[in-house]
Amino acid sequence: MIPANYFMILSVILFVLGAVAFFIKRDLITMFMSVEVMLNAANLAFIALTRSAHSLDGQVIVFFIITVAAAEAAVGLAIILLIFRQKKTIKTEDIKLMKG
Amino acid sequence: MGYFLFFLLAALCVGSVLGMIISKNQAYNALFLIVAFASLGGLFGLLEAPFIAVVQIIIYAGAIMVLFIFVIMMINIRTGIPPEKKKWTLYLSLGLAVVLIIELIVAIKAAFTLPVSTETLEAGPVSLGRLLFTKYLYPFEITSILIIAALVGAIVLVKKKEKV
Repeated sequence: MIPANYFMILSVILFVLGAVAFFIKRDLITMFMSVEVMLNAANLAFIALTRSAHSLDGQVIVFFIITVAAAEAAVGLAIILLIFRQKKTIKTEDIKLMKG
Repeated sequence: MGYFLFFLLAALCVGSVLGMIISKNQAYNALFLIVAFASLGGLFGLLEAPFIAVVQIIIYAGAIMVLFIFVIMMINIRTGIPPEKKKWTLYLSLGLAVVLIIELIVAIKAAFTLPVSTETLEAGPVSLGRLLFTKYLYPFEITSILIIAALVGAIVLVKKKEKV
């Protein structure tokens, strides 16, 4: 049986990679994808702890996280589509409506 | 065998996320992400959560990524994103990432020692569904309202304004 620590370390690595991708990338869609990577890293940590704590509650929470992520993806992509329709770009450098 | 599968899936997952960071093309990014999510589904299966593994592959690698690819097709940027002009943000974010990873690993090491349970967890759809409809009934119903709100919100946001 693989110890849960391995999964926790993998979860940390995935979370940090998602955060790095969020800061490095310059287009909204890839930034949104890196948010999904971070959510999945949290899911992995939940499932790993569920097995070692020997209760099913973590799996139910992961189920809710996946559902909320689906709703979030629908609304977020609609907003990205709106921005593209108005600005004709999805690069973050060109979206400077609030820059003084 | 378990260790071999774990390291294979972990390397696949981390490698495809790294590929997503390096690649400039959004469609390739989405495909890399599908590989990452599918291998995460395999990892969930290794962790004795078969139902969550199947849900991960169907909803994440299936539905959500289809939505992403659909939007990428609609936006249809012919030229890729040009390379970054400001280099200092790259170095700053890499430095912050190193700090964050050290901090998280220290926190995991210090916070708790995981107990090792040898007995297998009964994690089939039956026990999960029973928990979902008893202890977590109210969150379940609230989630359904959230999904309806997100659905209506997305439609209202994207809908073109009718000329009166």
